[in-house]
Amino acid sequence: MAEPMLVIRDLHVKVADTEILKGLSLSIGKGEVHAIMGPNGSGKSTLVNVLAGKPEYVVTSGAITFEGKNVLPMTVDQRAREGIFLAFQYPVELPGVSAWQFMKTALDSIREQRGEEPMDYRVFDKMWRQKIKDVGIDQELVKRSVNEGFSGGEKKRSEMLQMMVLDPKLALMDETDSGLDIDALKSVADVVNKRRGPEKAVLVVTHYQRLLNYIVPDFVHILIDGRIVRSGGAGLALEVEEKGYDWVREAMATA
Amino acid sequence: MTTTRTVISRNTDLSQQEYKWGFTTDVEEDVAPKGLNEGVVRLISSKKGEPEWMLEWRLRAYRHWLTLKREEPTWAMIHHPPIDFDDIHYYAAPKTKDGPKSMEEVDPEMLKAFDKLGIPLAEREKLAGVAVDAIFDSVSVATTYQKALEKHGVIFCPISEAIRNHPELVRKYLGSVVPYSDNFYATLNSAVFSDGSFIYVPKGVRCPMELMTYFRINFADSGQFERTLIIADEGSYVSYLEGCTAPVRKTSQLHAAVVELIALDDAQIKYSTLQNWYPGDKEGKGGVYNFVTKRGKAQGRNSKISWTQVETGSAITWKYPSVILQGDNSVGEFYSVALVNNHQQADTGTKMTHIGKNTRSTIVAKGISAGHGESTYRGQVKIMPTATGAKNFTQCDSLLIGDKSAAHTMPYIEVRNSTARMEHEASTSKISDEQLFYVMQRGISNEDAHHMIVKGFCKSVFAELPFEFAVEAANLLKVSLEGAVA
Ligand SMILES: Nc1ncnc2c1ncn2[C@@H]1O[C@H](COP(=O)(O)OP(=O)(O)OP(=O)(O)O)[C@@H](O)[C@H]1O
Ligand SMILES: [Mg+2]
Repeated sequence: MAEPMLVIRDLHVKVADTEILKGLSLSIGKGEVHAIMGPNGSGKSTLVNVLAGKPEYVVTSGAITFEGKNVLPMTVDQRAREGIFLAFQYPVELPGVSAWQFMKTALDSIREQRGEEPMDYRVFDKMWRQKIKDVGIDQELVKRSVNEGFSGGEKKRSEMLQMMVLDPKLALMDETDSGLDIDALKSVADVVNKRRGPEKAVLVVTHYQRLLNYIVPDFVHILIDGRIVRSGGAGLALEVEEKGYDWVREAMATA
Repeated sequence: MTTTRTVISRNTDLSQQEYKWGFTTDVEEDVAPKGLNEGVVRLISSKKGEPEWMLEWRLRAYRHWLTLKREEPTWAMIHHPPIDFDDIHYYAAPKTKDGPKSMEEVDPEMLKAFDKLGIPLAEREKLAGVAVDAIFDSVSVATTYQKALEKHGVIFCPISEAIRNHPELVRKYLGSVVPYSDNFYATLNSAVFSDGSFIYVPKGVRCPMELMTYFRINFADSGQFERTLIIADEGSYVSYLEGCTAPVRKTSQLHAAVVELIALDDAQIKYSTLQNWYPGDKEGKGGVYNFVTKRGKAQGRNSKISWTQVETGSAITWKYPSVILQGDNSVGEFYSVALVNNHQQADTGTKMTHIGKNTRSTIVAKGISAGHGESTYRGQVKIMPTATGAKNFTQCDSLLIGDKSAAHTMPYIEVRNSTARMEHEASTSKISDEQLFYVMQRGISNEDAHHMIVKGFCKSVFAELPFEFAVEAANLLKVSLEGAVA
């Protein structure tokens, strides 16, 4: 087994006094791609938001470590600078903020954490243009304010562009495939596959096996009612696709 | 281009009669005694070596002011203890003796701000109000630019100098846009104005540089009753920038400036302001009260007057840069960012009066309130019966930070010509938790995230500023927002 990057132990999380995650454990090793599937409302977004440090999610017990460091006391921006990136299910609009400026500021903050100087803006600009090409996003689109008036699919691609620019160690992708046409889906998968490497890890949240045809995961986990109830290889996703979650629930009941 | 320094002492050339109000005995003293009376008005005029007509004008204003019975206007949404007009020095030579003697005496907060804003070392002492006599580089720079301006026939000098050297222009235009009887503070200013800028751009000349860029230090303290007059003759263009982003130390609390702009046929004036005067401490004590009358007359056909302001300083801002659209096809614009933090109050906006045919005005006002700050947008658009085909577009947006700040929007519209087309948009928003989470998830600190979102909110106004000032303005927002973010 690969050296662990992210370790979650017996995590309990509340939102507005309701317990959503009820003792979730998960370990992601360096270089691995994990997929999480589960019915609506089972807690998938909650999990990735907790990892990113979203304030309204209260961790009542359990532990999260990232590269051996305790994540829980870290603020949202500290976690991001440590190398955790969340591709949002619903990215928000930032009126008047240019994508270029947004990413330059973000990248410089991350570099500062590593004790590096801000990136020369010409160097950044060159890299920026290259990534735009790599992701296959429309040049005109990135000239607008971040996400402003973007279609659902455009927002997802813009998340992928940001991920490429910031090059995190751990990418959390919350339903990046939802609402994408087949070409866009392939290009998202392409971006993720290119990023695969011994120092990187990915956690994709998805409802559809379809994405996993292109991003073949090392592990698949089924999340139901705040717990991971079943884990397996890429084949598990196919089984779920075929038989539905009731099959998992039944299997649990008889177990 | 250096500021004029005058010392008032017993050895003045005033008549015995004026003497009776007396001056402080200290020969070093360069401040008139407190309080306002005819003698003080005469003294000011005489100190500046003004011609008789100027003194007469000041006295008319003073006599009118007396009829106003010292009652300030009360319609604005601002609160402050009554101002004691007898407790003010109406004349002080620029070199006041209560300034810090060296940089060691300057408020460390101010020094920190200089650092953050990247103010050149050479400029800091002067901005901090340190009494320095050393003449630094910018004076020679100023002289160089002065030569370039002369070549184009552009006159750019202190108004006190213009009164002596270009009386025909000053007499013709001073008070032609803001008459001395206009309002309480304008009347007071007309009686006692200290100094300010005078610009005349001759026919067909496009002023070769942003005025003020290289002169800001030398004009940094024009006194508390500043008076500015800008005339753009037919077919000319000028861009003027007032103020700077450094937290300019002011020795007095009340500031009442008047700015008049006149654009003749096909002329354009662009007037940009960055105002960052002392806002007072966290409780709001001791800040500057800034009561300004700014008005432009787009007098000629196809003329254009454009105001852009970024107001982050002062405890109280009372300011409505306006345009009278008199010439046919003339254009008036107002782009504004007003930021209030802690206990600052701002009541600001504009007035567009459409008189000529096919006149067009655009208003974009962005108010940001943080802490206990309270900001009000007050705008009036008036379409006169003669203004056939007039158009106005107004957009006022407010952004609230925290839950103790407030924003008000008061647009007044008066349409007396049925062909007018009016468009109005308004919004009030808060920086959402979702936005902050999103920005911070990319590794950006809470404070920088706020700054980024606020800057985005102001984008359409910053786009109107000359480039280098847009950069300064963004830095200024950052510094002004400090402490607003928990
Ligand atoms: N801020 C919140 N306040 C109240 N309830 C919340 C909040 N966030 C999530 N929940 C609730 O927690 C549960 C899990 O939500 P979550 O968004 O994690 O589900 P999900 O698995 O991502 O679902 P989907 O597949 O629909 O995206 C849901 O019942 C949801 O209503
Ligand atoms: Mg979800």
